[in-house]
Order: sequence, then structure tokens, then C-alpha cells
Amino acid sequence: MSRVDSALRRAWELLAIPVLAIFLAFLVGAVVIVLSSGLVGKGFDLGLPLTAYAALIQGSLLTPTGIVETFVQATPLLLAGLGVGLGFKAGLFNIGAQGQFLLGAVGAIWVGTVFEGAPAVVAISAALLAGMVVGGAVGFVPGLLKATSGAHEVVTTIMMNYIALAALSWLVTGPLKLPGSPQPVTASVTSAALPILVGRDGHLGILIGLVAVPLLWFLLYRTTRGFEIRTVGANPDAARYAGMRPRLVTVVVMTLSGLLAGLAGAGNVLGLNHQMTATFSTTVGFDSITVALLGRSNPWGILPAALLFGAMRAGAGLMQIQAGVPAELVDFVQAVILLFLVANSVLRRLFRLRGVTAELGTTETLSRSYGSEGVH
Amino acid sequence: MGQVVAFLYAIPVLGLLAQLVGYLLDNLQFVAHGAVALAIPIALAGLCGVMCERSGVINICIEGVMLLGAFVGWIMGVVATAILGPGTPLPIFGLTLPLLIALAAALLAGMLLSLLHAWLSISVRVDQIISGTIINIAAAGLTGYLNTLISQLSPQGAGAFQPLSLPDTVVDIPVVGWLLNAVLDQGPIGITAIVLIVVMQILLFRSRWGLRTRAVGEHPKAAETVGIDVIRLRYRNVVLSGAVAALGGAYLSMEITNSFQANMTAGRGFIGLAAMIVGRWTPIGTFGAALLFASSQAISQSIVFTAPSGSLGDLLTIVPAQFYDALPYLVTIVVLAGVIGKSIPPAADGQPYEREAAT
Repeated sequence: MSRVDSALRRAWELLAIPVLAIFLAFLVGAVVIVLSSGLVGKGFDLGLPLTAYAALIQGSLLTPTGIVETFVQATPLLLAGLGVGLGFKAGLFNIGAQGQFLLGAVGAIWVGTVFEGAPAVVAISAALLAGMVVGGAVGFVPGLLKATSGAHEVVTTIMMNYIALAALSWLVTGPLKLPGSPQPVTASVTSAALPILVGRDGHLGILIGLVAVPLLWFLLYRTTRGFEIRTVGANPDAARYAGMRPRLVTVVVMTLSGLLAGLAGAGNVLGLNHQMTATFSTTVGFDSITVALLGRSNPWGILPAALLFGAMRAGAGLMQIQAGVPAELVDFVQAVILLFLVANSVLRRLFRLRGVTAELGTTETLSRSYGSEGVH
Repeated sequence: MGQVVAFLYAIPVLGLLAQLVGYLLDNLQFVAHGAVALAIPIALAGLCGVMCERSGVINICIEGVMLLGAFVGWIMGVVATAILGPGTPLPIFGLTLPLLIALAAALLAGMLLSLLHAWLSISVRVDQIISGTIINIAAAGLTGYLNTLISQLSPQGAGAFQPLSLPDTVVDIPVVGWLLNAVLDQGPIGITAIVLIVVMQILLFRSRWGLRTRAVGEHPKAAETVGIDVIRLRYRNVVLSGAVAALGGAYLSMEITNSFQANMTAGRGFIGLAAMIVGRWTPIGTFGAALLFASSQAISQSIVFTAPSGSLGDLLTIVPAQFYDALPYLVTIVVLAGVIGKSIPPAADGQPYEREAAT
């Protein structure tokens, strides 16, 4: 009895703030929907949020297609979110998931077209590996710069995002352009296309994402390396006195983080689009940060967070069609969830929540060395 | 003379440089004017960063504040035009009442969003980079949402501010004509930006406010002991900096264009931040870095417009246009890596302040 009791209490302690934050954010979203419906001259439609949220849920959770779509949308967020979360654990803020994702995707397509005609197993492995290597390389550069010169990864990864965008545009309009095509697109891959396992586009990438969760958890919490990463994140000075190597951890973690984001890009493009365009747009960069923060950087927390945001992305289309509420509302609601999450001290005071662990815990060392000159 | 030039151009490697200089001199007016116009929003973003970070608050939500400023400036122009009618523009800058109301609303919106950042990072003491990231996502989501909703109505905007067109006699003045044209052939926001840079440089290093701001950014505890209210000064700087960033946003939607597109700031807030770092947290330095970034873009535009001839032309057509797009970011990374000297932030940058008594 007491075991059930303490388990319940533990669940309450862990979930109270995130659940409250999600609920309040949707409430704020509802207010925005009502107010904006007045702005476009339909009168203040008080029922519109209900219609919109009903469509959101219907499009993501209530039909088999919707559920598959939720997983499809959640997979890149999950993989990139695991990468960003790994960074947070080491006290590093990788805002570069966007660039790592995009270049990982291009890398996968490039190798995929080279291996066109090869057996599927070979082509797929090579293309996924290419995505990981490219993503890892894009993450390695800011890691190396931070370790050697103290250049803060927040600025360098943002810069890398724009460099990646330019590189993508150059590659797709230049060397990788499909010959004879009027639009800047690459050739389509067929051998390296991920097999569809379930539904219309439930591809193999979903499984890869789900496997990555326990792997990352094991790395972080059951290995010496994981302990080193977490110690460096908690206190780099203490870690160095204990004989650990904060610089090496910085480089390795940034590379791994980029590798995961690159894998997310490779999986997504090999599973869904099968080719890249010069203007390939994605919100994975910021979404993965949100997912990592909501999941408190813990792999088992990132999984439900990614599924939640995947569901929101999956249902947003139906919401726009059925209720006329633009899909961008989802971005806004995500930001508001985060807002309540980080301002949890205010929430706790407001709702008189006691004994609820709510600190994000992992982000305290982030802003210490911004700009130049690292801490180590 | 012509023979000397031809000889210079024929020297290997150095000749290319000579050709570049020659090309730039030929197209000086176009390149200089383009560079200043492109530098203005970046410089305003950087100035916003300087105001915050000199007082010890990291601001990476400049991008979001600019975007909101651009959106509110445009949408309030639509609303004011609908209520007041388009109005007759004044002969200078094409000023109309709706435009002015819209600009004021944009600045106010920027200040309000910055107030949120100030509250989160100064009072709630949230990690300032996380707070900024949240505000960026929220601003992109909200403006994208409202823009999609409102564009269905195909609204009538308030138009744009007009540049102060100089008479040809001024533009044709030898030696300085092109400079006057580049700096003064701008709309009201552009000219305000240039004035603001100079004024802020003087204020930051020569006024009581500037001294206090720098003290709070370097050593807040020491500042507090001599009676400076650290919290209040940080709030004031962050909120005011929001107006500066919003001005940069309004420049995009009300001066060089007359409409709003989703994510139209396109990273200028972040380049501004980079300009601030390269410019070592000074207004003039920030403007210089912004000009440097902008000229790479202006030159690439000029090359598309009128391609240089000779071996330089051959070389420049090999370099893909995207390289010039990526150049500002590459320069920033190189500077950050300490290759061109160190750039050291204010000592208390990013650290929330807590009074002794409160601990």
C-alpha cells in the first residue's frame, strides 16, 4: 500500500508542473484563438477553441492514420531532442540541431543516390551512416571551438545553422541538382528509401528513434562515460579536479548531439521525402529544444515530450482545415508550455504546489561563459 | 593612364585585388548605399544587444523582438489605415498619420516583449539563454499564426516611409558625394539608426547612465554598494533595448518594404548579436561589424547586377552566391575562435543578480 502511495507521490512530484504547464498553455492558446477570431471579423467565437482542439486530437490520436502520423512526426523530434538533451546533461546548449538536421539529410540523400541500385540493406545503412557522420561533423566544429578557444556554443551553433542553410542551398542548386530538373531538387533515392512498416508512411525511422531512447539512457546512467558527462554538466571544475576531462567531454558530446540530429534528418528524408529541395523547411531545430526541456533532458522524459509535440504537429493540419485555425498556433502553444515550465517557481507559488520537484536542473551552467573565454 | 591600369590588372594574384578595387570604385555608389541599407537592421539588433549585455543581461531574443516589431508595425498600419484612411503624405519621408501610429505601436510591442524577457531573466532568474529561446519561438509562432489568419483578408497596408532623396548636385560632389548619398538617402528609421549609434556610443562611455550600465554589467555587487539599483537599471535597459530592436523590425516591414512575411527577419537578430561580439560590445564597433557583414552581401548583389569583366569576373562567377550569404557567419565564428584577437564580454553577462539580504 505504502509502495503504491510513494509511487503515486513520485509521479505527482514529477508530473504536476509539466501537466499544469501543458494545460495552461492550451488555455492561453484558446484565448489567442478567440481574440484572433474577433480580429478577422468573425465575431468573438467562444466555441472555436473547442472545435480546433477537437480537430487537433482527432487528427493525431483518434484514428489509426492519425496515430501513425503522430509517431512519424515525433521521430525527428525524438532523435534531435535526445541530442539536445544530451548536450544539456553536459551543460552545453546545442541550438544547432536545425543545421545538423538539414546537412545530415543532404548527406544521407547524397550517399543514397551514390548507392542507388545497391541492395537495400547496404544503401540504407550507408545513407543513414552518412547522415550521422555529417551531422556529427557539424556538431563537432562548435564543440572543438568551445574546447580550444572557449567560443560559446550558443553563438557558434546559431552561426552554423545559417552556414548550413547556405551550404544546403548551394549543394541542391549546384553539385547535387537533379540534371535537367527546372527546380532545385536532388535526385530521388529508391534503394536507400526506408521501408514502410505500418500505415501510409510509418517508416523504419520510428523504430530507430524508439531504440535510441534506452540506448541513450544506458549511456547516461549506466556507464562511466555517462557519469563523466553528467558530472561535467553539473560542475566542470569539480569534474576536472576529479580527473575528468571537461574539454574532451565537450567535443564528444557536441559531436554525439550533432550525430543524433543528423540521424533525425537522414531518417526523416529517407523515410518521407526521398529527396531534398533547396528550400527544405523544418521546425525541428527549435522543437527539439522544447522537447528536451519538457523532458528534463532525460531520455525517458524526452520520449513522451516528443510524442506530445509529434501529436500536435500531426493534428495541426486537420485543425487548420476544419476550424480555420492556422497550424502555426502549435508553435506558439509550445513556446507557452516552455514559458510556464521555466517560470515554475511562479506556478508553484500561484497554485500552492508543495513538494513538487520542478527545477530544470540541467541548464544552470549554460549562461556562465557566454561570448568567449570558457570556464575550463 | 589606361596602360597603367591594364598593367596593374595583369599582375598575378595582386592584379585580382586591383581589379576588385577598380570594380568597387566603379560601382561605389551602388555598393555603399546597399551596404548601409543592409547594415541598418543588423546594427539596430546589435545595439539592442549592447544595451542589454553591457548591463549584464544576455539577450538572444533580439530576433523575436524584431519580428514582433515588424509584424505589429505592419498590422497597426493596416488597422490605422482602415480607421483613419490612408491620409496625405507629408513631403518629407512620406510621413502619414497611420504610419506614425503604426511605428509607435511597433516600438511599444517590442518593449512589452522585452519586458517579458526582463522579468524572466532578472526577477524569475530563469537561464537567460533559455528565456530568449522561448521568446524567439513564441514570437515566430504568434506572428506566423496571425499573419496566416490575416492574409486571408488581403488587407490594405499603410505603405512605407520614403527615403530622403538627395538632389543630384549633392550626390555629384566629388570624393564625399557617394558617402553622403549612402548615409542620407535613407528613410526616417535608417537615419534615426545612424544617429542612435553615435548617440549611444557617447552615452555609454561619457554619461552617468553609461557608467552605471557598465558598472552593473561588470560588477553588480560593487555597483550596488555605491547606491545603484541593479535590478531597476537592468529592467530599464532591457525594456528600452526592445524599442531599438523593434525599430529594426519596423525598418524591414515599413521602410524597405511595405508588407510582412512570416520570419522576415531571417536571422538578422542573430547576425546583430554576432556584430555586437565582433564589435566588442560598443555601438560604433557594432555598426562597423554590421557594415562589414552587409558589404559582403552588397558586393554579391552588385556582382549579380553588373558582373565585373576580365579575370576577376571569371573568378567571381566560380564562387557560388551562397558563399557570400554564409560569409558573415563564417567571419563571426573566426572572430569568436579568437583568430582576430579576443572579444571579451562584460564580466557579469548572463548572471542573475541577487541582493545580499535576500540570500
